[in-house]
Amino acid sequence: MKKLDKTYILETKPLFLAGAGVVSHIEGQGPLGNEFDKVEDPSMGEDSWESAESAFHKEATTLALKKAGRTESDISLAFSGDLLNQSMSTCFSLKSFNMPICGLYGACSTMALSMAVGALFVECGLAENTLAAASSHFCSAEKQFRQPLEYGGQRPPTAQRTVTGAGAAVISSSGSGPHITAARFGRIIDYGVTDENNMGAAMAPSAADSIWNFLKETNTKPEDYSMILTGDLGYTGSDLLLQLLIREHNCDISKVHNDCGILIFNKEEQDVHCGGSGCGCSAAVVCTYIHRLLREGRLKKVLFVGTGALVSTVSPLQNDPVPGISHAVLLEA
Amino acid sequence: MRISNEEYSEMINKTAPKSPIVKDCIFAFLFGGGICAFGEVLRTMFLNMGASEDNAKTYVCLTLIAITAILTGIGVFDKIAKIAGAGTIVPITGFANSVVAPAMEFQTEGRIMGTGANMFKLSGPVIVYGCSAAVIYGVIAYLFKLY
Amino acid sequence: MEILKAFIVGGLICVIGQILIDKTSLTPAKILVLFVVMGVVLGAVGIYEPLSKWAGSGANVPLTGFGNLLVQGTKKALREDGLLGAITGPLTSGAAGITGAFFAGLIVSLFARSKAK
Repeated sequence: MKKLDKTYILETKPLFLAGAGVVSHIEGQGPLGNEFDKVEDPSMGEDSWESAESAFHKEATTLALKKAGRTESDISLAFSGDLLNQSMSTCFSLKSFNMPICGLYGACSTMALSMAVGALFVECGLAENTLAAASSHFCSAEKQFRQPLEYGGQRPPTAQRTVTGAGAAVISSSGSGPHITAARFGRIIDYGVTDENNMGAAMAPSAADSIWNFLKETNTKPEDYSMILTGDLGYTGSDLLLQLLIREHNCDISKVHNDCGILIFNKEEQDVHCGGSGCGCSAAVVCTYIHRLLREGRLKKVLFVGTGALVSTVSPLQNDPVPGISHAVLLEA
Repeated sequence: MRISNEEYSEMINKTAPKSPIVKDCIFAFLFGGGICAFGEVLRTMFLNMGASEDNAKTYVCLTLIAITAILTGIGVFDKIAKIAGAGTIVPITGFANSVVAPAMEFQTEGRIMGTGANMFKLSGPVIVYGCSAAVIYGVIAYLFKLY
Repeated sequence: MEILKAFIVGGLICVIGQILIDKTSLTPAKILVLFVVMGVVLGAVGIYEPLSKWAGSGANVPLTGFGNLLVQGTKKALREDGLLGAITGPLTSGAAGITGAFFAGLIVSLFARSKAK
């Protein structure tokens, strides 16, 4: 492994062996509907939204292991997280698997975080196979962070819709598939955004910081990538990211930039305001659609930058701003 | 160079889509006005049935609460409110919905600590501050003999 | 005619609420508190009761009307019980609305669950 300042170059090129994404009907009706492994009812037949989220997580994990041809005992360590308090859905999903677990919290950046750590463990020879996963659920997130579902409120146009779904990836030292060739953990960036209903704006500065530093440290240009994919900035956040990179670093990524929160929904036909968000958004998109394009060689080099808004249920009430964090992993065909 | 928080805030203001305030206000007016007009129809009806002025008001209030509770229960209220905005929030319907919605949502945490404890999560402040303001008024009115 | 007055007055009060929602970062819960307290204040200074007489449900149905109701109830209780009325009046006058809402909530929660949106 080589280290370029804060960027880890993974010289053994750990494999992104397989990925699985399970989502609910609404995501299934979106433009990527056919990409997902399973489209399920949001309740998953469970009694609570929290249990339903765990069920999505469990389903994605099971499918990822199956597609990778690995059993749970092959997994040296699983990295996962979600948005619920004390990572509830991760815990109650992974308790039914016989594998060591390392819980992570990176808000909506969790998929990039778990992939980065998972790949580093394989790179360093600490594990042969690792699992990286993340989940979110619109209903459990609304209940925890906003209002009860039946509450009659209006959401402003900058609000994003939490994706109901989960994604899981198996990262391995042997096999065939796309590679994870670099990872860079982000620092926390606070531009003083206090509007809880504009998470894209809260996360965009941290995405700009991570992307710019990754490019600088690896001495590459945006044109060197087939895609720079952010996690869940949505429409407003993506727009702000492009503006920030030009304004602060004179760096134009508009030709290669895309965002999972934009890809997953159809803005015109679905009532999703500014696009998708939540851990499950980038997890499901990267583990299915992006993995397929890389596997088929239609994308060569994707810089996946998971974006997270570090907001708790308490911090906005105490008038704290919403800082952002973004972790980057480089995926190559 | 890192831009300042103020510059970023300005950038957000220019970029972020704005709430369609004219459209929102028209719908708030129509729905809010509609609910009040319906309330007036009910009031006339209750008065004709022989209720006193005060009781007629109370019956109107209870009828609207019951209708809101049913609409919230069948999952329709929030769909109307999405269009109506303040038109359903400001009338007594908004208060009733803010009691019924958490009561339904938190039943997964049990009847006592779920439904019972969370029912006033949103509407509790209205009662606390409404009654407290009235207590302050009452004390002042008593001291200056304004009643 | 009475219905039209109720429609216009009620509608306008809601428009004030909508402007607050769209133009400020006040959450709906804060707006509800603001409306009730405004109702108490306007009732206390004697503006709301004439409006309530004129517009009927147009003034009574919005939450400002609930605030005014608390004031009128307190006034009545002061006349009957003196200073004690300042404590017993507010909740007594709001009793129908409050008890009605939580009893309805309890009943509905026995039969209905929130649906996925």
